[in-house]
Amino acid sequence: MRETPLSNCERLFLLKAIESKKRLDGRQTYDYRSIKISFGTDYGCCSVNLGKTRVLAQVSCELVPPKDSRPTEGIIFLNLELSPMASPAFQTNRQSELLVTLNRQLERCLRNSRCIDTESLCVVSGEKVWQIRVDVHVLNHDGNLMDAASIAAISALCHFKRPDVAIQGRDVTVFGPAERDPVPLSIYHMPVCVSFAFFQQGTYLLVDPCEKEELIMDGLLVMAMNKHREICSIQSSGGIMLLKEQVLRCSKIASVKVSEITELINKALENDRQARKEGGKFGFVESMPKERITALKREESLVEMTDVQETADQIISKAAAGHEVVPSPVIVATGTGQVGEGLQNTWGLDEEDEEEESGTKVEKRGTGSKSEYACLPVSVFLH
Amino acid sequence: MDSILSCFKDKVGEVVLPGDVFSLDLSDVENNTVKSEKIICGPGLRRNGDEILVSKSGILRHRSPNLYWIDSQQKRYVPAKGESVIGVVTAKSGDSFKVDVGGSELASLSYLAFEGATKRNRPNVQVGDLVYSQFAIANKDMEPELVCIDSCGRANGMGVFGADGLLFKVSLGLVRRLLSPQSEIIKDLEKLFPFEMVVGLNGRVWVKANGIQKTLIVANLLESCENMTPQQRQALFKRVAEGSL
Repeated sequence: MRETPLSNCERLFLLKAIESKKRLDGRQTYDYRSIKISFGTDYGCCSVNLGKTRVLAQVSCELVPPKDSRPTEGIIFLNLELSPMASPAFQTNRQSELLVTLNRQLERCLRNSRCIDTESLCVVSGEKVWQIRVDVHVLNHDGNLMDAASIAAISALCHFKRPDVAIQGRDVTVFGPAERDPVPLSIYHMPVCVSFAFFQQGTYLLVDPCEKEELIMDGLLVMAMNKHREICSIQSSGGIMLLKEQVLRCSKIASVKVSEITELINKALENDRQARKEGGKFGFVESMPKERITALKREESLVEMTDVQETADQIISKAAAGHEVVPSPVIVATGTGQVGEGLQNTWGLDEEDEEEESGTKVEKRGTGSKSEYACLPVSVFLH
Repeated sequence: MDSILSCFKDKVGEVVLPGDVFSLDLSDVENNTVKSEKIICGPGLRRNGDEILVSKSGILRHRSPNLYWIDSQQKRYVPAKGESVIGVVTAKSGDSFKVDVGGSELASLSYLAFEGATKRNRPNVQVGDLVYSQFAIANKDMEPELVCIDSCGRANGMGVFGADGLLFKVSLGLVRRLLSPQSEIIKDLEKLFPFEMVVGLNGRVWVKANGIQKTLIVANLLESCENMTPQQRQALFKRVAEGSL
């Protein structure tokens, strides 16, 4: 499927809005959309919501022979996928430009910044090392995939635990989670990408562009940084000239945003750890809010109650006295007692329902909220 | 005499899911115990032999005497003949424009299908413009075709529009609610401040108010109306009217 084309009126409006420092969703220039980080029941499974953008990262590991050039280092493999579920414009099995850019940027952000201690992933030098694989799936595309993907990937890596191994001579034993507790990866720092969109040849700058803003931007600057304010990678695309001051300003904004996001990730990790320790509920299902569509709900039916009391009184006054017959208790066996015949009510109350309906004129009305109407249920006791 | 449609009548106003079956017991009709009746299946219902299957999730609606359909919160538009939609012109090709209406295929719009257009006098339509137009042909297996004139050759409100203002997408259910003659959402919104609005049945809404801020407010209010009860909506509109902007 094609991408929905952007009309001239949207383009004009967005540019005008940006000039007057307004954004479609009411954010300020430097605001992020709301970020939600949730973890799955398995270790190393993390889903990130950035506004309507949704990304899922899953970490897995495998014992493989190392690369010849680095026999004592583990391998980190990053893979980002754009499925048609995220946006009808994405197609499966097609290497689009966006996909290549995102994959490369994610690699630069996580692998080239050496945030993961690869040497600790070595099991037997030159023979067996752990390969850590991070699969990032984009579930919904509403702009700024890079930031969402980097947050999801680093959170999943921090959350992940690999099985413990023991080495005796040349024998390698891998312990299941029941035998020995899995060990977390050793992570030096947490790089997070922050995207800046530039408009009008760099005159205007926006943090965390949404999909429509991405369509009309002139250039994009993605900066990966950790909370120690170390820049891990910078990538500028779109071919606009940026001044030195602009890049510096971006790095200042990025440092603030990164420290906020890192704190959020740590808090989410801590929450999950607590929940697991206390044996409480965790996983995606628990973190999902119960959303319901209520606008199509049926209105409560209103019932006229104006003269209910009088009518009820009338009926009571007119009604014949209840049956005076009181059935005598029956003793079926010694130690038991029974009144009536079970199942059927023989107390002479069975006509209550009919009288209530016919007598009080319970009317069903449509909408309209006058004071003399009240809501169901109405029950009139006659006996 | 009991009606054959009694199985429908109980379910009107309730949520049904794809795969739900309404089975009509035809043996009763033959025995003359129930009256046979015609029934019109609207969107979301389809006949399969002796039963009627639900093919969309939503609320079963009924209009007398015998029209039943499903009110769903669908987002994907499927072109239907006679419906008025907002399209985006994506290309000029020969003697027609290719227009994106949000359906599976681009629709074609002949340049002669504008008011006062002749072979000599072409309408001034640029790529990226918005057109409000009506489907003249919308078949399953053919390219849909739009026109910007009615049967008398008049524009009748259709044509190119929207030099400024904002276009956004909402669900098809909300669009239908906006277009219903006694729409409460519109009535509530009108009280806030004046604005212009074009609503296409394909889920696209164009709004323009005095200034960017007000246009954004209208757009955001309409988007948020999707999942609100009338009480919540009125409370929100009241807050906006009181000046939390």
